[in-house]
Amino acid sequence: METLLRVLLDPLQHPFMVRGLAAAVGVGMICALVGTYVVLRGMAFFGDALAHSILPGLALGYLLSGGSRDALFWWGLGTAVLAALGIGALSRGRRLKEDTAIGILFAGAFALGVVLISTSRSYAVDLTHLLFGDVLGVTDGDLVRLGIFGGLVVLAVALFYKELLVISFDPVLAVTLRLPARLFENLLLVLIAVAVVVALRTVGVALMVAMLVTPAATAYLMTHRLPAMMGVAMALAALSAVVGLYASYYTGVASGAAIVLTATALFGVVAFLQRVRHRPW
Amino acid sequence: MAWMRRLAQAGIRMGAPVARQVASWLAERHAPHALEAPLLEVSRVSMRYNDVLALEEVSFTVRTGERVAIVGPNGAGKSTLLKIIAGVLTPTSGAVRVYGQSPGGHLCIAYIPQRTAVDWNFPVTVADVVMMGRVGKLGLLRPPGPKDWERVRQALAQVGIAHLADRPIRALSGGQQQRMFIARALAQEAELLLLDEPFTGLDLPSQEGILALLEGLRSQGVTVLVATHDLEQAATHFDRVLLLNRWLIGFGRPEEVFTPEALRRAYGGHLRLLYVSGEWVAVGDTCCEGAPGA
Repeated sequence: METLLRVLLDPLQHPFMVRGLAAAVGVGMICALVGTYVVLRGMAFFGDALAHSILPGLALGYLLSGGSRDALFWWGLGTAVLAALGIGALSRGRRLKEDTAIGILFAGAFALGVVLISTSRSYAVDLTHLLFGDVLGVTDGDLVRLGIFGGLVVLAVALFYKELLVISFDPVLAVTLRLPARLFENLLLVLIAVAVVVALRTVGVALMVAMLVTPAATAYLMTHRLPAMMGVAMALAALSAVVGLYASYYTGVASGAAIVLTATALFGVVAFLQRVRHRPW
Repeated sequence: MAWMRRLAQAGIRMGAPVARQVASWLAERHAPHALEAPLLEVSRVSMRYNDVLALEEVSFTVRTGERVAIVGPNGAGKSTLLKIIAGVLTPTSGAVRVYGQSPGGHLCIAYIPQRTAVDWNFPVTVADVVMMGRVGKLGLLRPPGPKDWERVRQALAQVGIAHLADRPIRALSGGQQQRMFIARALAQEAELLLLDEPFTGLDLPSQEGILALLEGLRSQGVTVLVATHDLEQAATHFDRVLLLNRWLIGFGRPEEVFTPEALRRAYGGHLRLLYVSGEWVAVGDTCCEGAPGA
């Protein structure tokens, strides 16, 4: 018992671990919340593309501000919102299929980001942090921004719950109810963008889509109603964050990846149990 | 700075639809009903998708409380016509008037989608879906209150599935799915009900149940337009039929419209007309599950 307590409390002696835990849990919950919409509306590819297309904005901010974190957040936020609305507009185009258009834009933007970063001297380290996150480098400023913007996301989902539900379940109904469907669709894209940006420090660009999709998908298998799905997704994300971060502390593996792997393992277990339960024998 | 101007124009082009939606939403929540105007007036509506003509110069008028069946082969434009009447699609030319106003201002039009167009694994209960019909009336930032839930309960009771209120929608049978959507239209307080192929894939008792339900709405003054491929059903259960194959071939009482000549024009070679014991019988319309929704 005492050893277990030691195992749990030991890491908390380091302020960087406390900040990292707070950030990972908060980020996980916010991403899981908007992630329920990503899963239900089939926007996983959009989420992945969005995260990747932030890279040139981050790179530009990085080069221009000399690596200041505060500046980087705003650069990321600006790029993410622009990219979200841009991809949203692109997906309403006619000629090309939506995923093709997104693919072109996102790979191009990502390449531009890599090119920009490669002009910096500390290329490898910087790129690694942007791609895979640096949860143990989270600052108090990061936590404050996470609190403010995460709170705004939660508030928006709560206030516009019924409208977001209608546009997600039945877009045609949204039109006959004369809701400003386009406005709420764009709002949803912006919420996803904000979630992605507050999560950047924790998991980075490359694994972002897992934060959006995996806990929400697990919750989708376990629940029958949207509020329950949201609650379970957030709880699973928080659990994954804690387990992943402790695992990373004791084994020395990359923390963002450890969090994502934990979430993936939870999904695997739940999916397996469902399979077994629904088998006839 | 031509590029700046162009950028601004692009911004306006993208922002304008949003602004228009928001403005109409904030301004007039519910278009006034000019009661002397007919419930539904479709005048010279044409619809063109890219280079394909889906509807051409379709005109007709429907009175309050009528039951109208829209029949025609696959790809005749039945769904397109319903969506134009609902204000979901904008016709290339021509106009739709509901009580004298364009459909875009009305909250009283309910469109019930084809069952295949719905994600039945979406995590909502039957009552949740019916409550969605109240969202237009509720307005922004107002959560549903006890009165709204009471309304939902009444609507579910009227369509006979009150006992399913808390079931997830994936547990419903085909007939129950249709009933849920009719309840949603009732919760929406719809006066014009548009149903897109509601009988496709239902067994006969379920079809009869839905038909009886639609008949019962007449006393509430609800007008019903149904797109269907079942000529027999259209002829026996509806006040008037509208025979459509891109252009309007006939509109009136079934016995007036379903002439061998008109049916041949609508269906071409896909329909065989047999003269059996003193009357014409139409055989062999192809339909419908998974057909391109036109």
